[in-house]
Amino acid sequence: MNGTVAAISARALLGRRRFLLLLPLPVLLVGLAALAHAAQPDPTDWGGPVLAGLGFGVVLPMIALLVGTAVLGAEIDDGTIVHLLATPVARRDIVLAKLLVAAGITAAVSAVPMYLTGLIVAGGRLGLGLALASVLGSAAYSAVFLTLSVLTRRPVLIGLLYVLIWEGLLGNLLAGSRLLSIQQYTLTIAAKAGDTTLLPDKVSLPVALVMTAVFLIGGTVLAIERLRSFRLTGETA
Amino acid sequence: MNPTLDAGPAAAPTTTANTVELRGVSRWYGNVVAVNDVTMTLRQGVTGLLGPNGAGKTTLLHMMAGFLSPSQGEVTVAGQPAWRNPEIYRTLGLVADREAVYGFLTAWQFVLASARLHKLPDPAGSARQALAQMELTDVAQRRIETFSKGMRQRTRVAAALVHQPSVLLLDEPFNGMDPRQRMHMMALLHRRAEAGATVLFSSHILAEVEQVSGTVQVIVAGRLAASGDYRSIRRLMTHRPHVFAIRSSDDRRLAVALLAEPAVAGVDVGPAGLTVRASDYGTFARALPRIALREGVRVRQVTPSDESLESVFAYLVAGPSGVAGPNGGSA
Repeated sequence: MNGTVAAISARALLGRRRFLLLLPLPVLLVGLAALAHAAQPDPTDWGGPVLAGLGFGVVLPMIALLVGTAVLGAEIDDGTIVHLLATPVARRDIVLAKLLVAAGITAAVSAVPMYLTGLIVAGGRLGLGLALASVLGSAAYSAVFLTLSVLTRRPVLIGLLYVLIWEGLLGNLLAGSRLLSIQQYTLTIAAKAGDTTLLPDKVSLPVALVMTAVFLIGGTVLAIERLRSFRLTGETA
Repeated sequence: MNPTLDAGPAAAPTTTANTVELRGVSRWYGNVVAVNDVTMTLRQGVTGLLGPNGAGKTTLLHMMAGFLSPSQGEVTVAGQPAWRNPEIYRTLGLVADREAVYGFLTAWQFVLASARLHKLPDPAGSARQALAQMELTDVAQRRIETFSKGMRQRTRVAAALVHQPSVLLLDEPFNGMDPRQRMHMMALLHRRAEAGATVLFSSHILAEVEQVSGTVQVIVAGRLAASGDYRSIRRLMTHRPHVFAIRSSDDRRLAVALLAEPAVAGVDVGPAGLTVRASDYGTFARALPRIALREGVRVRQVTPSDESLESVFAYLVAGPSGVAGPNGGSA
């Protein structure tokens, strides 16, 4: 961890206009839950689609994608990363600082509306469960998207394919793909911690927790390793 | 007058703390060879890395700065390998070619962050000093995004200098600077060198390198074409004839007057204007306005017709009589 790196990264992220894109999604989530609750207080019919479909299917991964790919990827794109890399700061510390900023902002922007939504749907216990799952999911997603931004020049596209195709489509069709789906881990964690049957828990809790840690740690290690071999592209002959 | 001299003053005491060494370094991207078997040693003093665009200067600089792995050969800074070794940045400062800066920071915040990243004992003091060196103290509290190109460049140099590196690498540092800033920058590089640092800057502009009284490394098409004292290389370059196309209010009158000038080797008068062959670029460039003024001729257009750098460098590589070999690298 490096405080200077974290401070610059946070300012860069929050100062970008793209950050404003994050705000409509949580508002939509809370607003939709409030509307549905007003029309029909029993959430049996609409709770699942709102929480799983919109909350964990769209809001959390999209916020994580926007933040996680920008926190390091934007600097690689515009070349400012050189100012961090041409210093003796250990690459591990740079990645950890970036990850902390990305996961922290994603968690803050997603866990608070998730808690409010849970509160509206079924009360405080569900709210806390959703918030906890959001925080853990933020960490795992951030590690994956941050790593993508070091591995490829198109992290947003690949991240989007992972969220929409792998998690969104295949996760519902093929049981095997659920094992590598952060969305499924967050759903299970939220269902258990929030003590609700509104959410599907298709993977077991131990698998969900262990795999969340695997994505988080594996992604971080890979990102550190790739950043050690970071190449500047310039003119070619 | 062989330009293939040793890169550094042979008598100067050399320590490894400021030495950059390349041994048989090549770098290729797929089938494209960007840098081809370059061997050079950089020591204390200012060295210009000269070559046309696309010659491989940036690739070479990136390898020296640890931002690119050589496909073959070895690059060391202060005796340590440059690649995958962040420790070299304790002694090395880099001003990269891309102009990216954190525009949302003030110059002060940016340079201070750099000092902190270098883990200096007194970050604020070092940042103040670096900003003062680059004459940025008065604007230090302004956000960098409000700066002109030259000011941004100076801010980046200040950030790269904040830890007083004994090796300073600058990729095209004079781009976007006005003449006064250039002079100031050049003086600064010399001061760094006098303080014991090894300073390398790349440029594709001959006139910039002319102001460097140090060593020049010339890169053409990925190879080290010549290396040595700038004067000998400069001489090679000035000895070639320069051709100018000139259009004026009275071509014939100007032609007669120009022929009397020693720096002019020949003049052709054609329907499109004059074609002048000058033996010395600088002397001719200074003489032309004086002559035109004296003769009362209005010069409408002066176009150096063979001044593409490629032709200059091609001439340098081929040499008038093979003086500069295709790979005059020093040992």
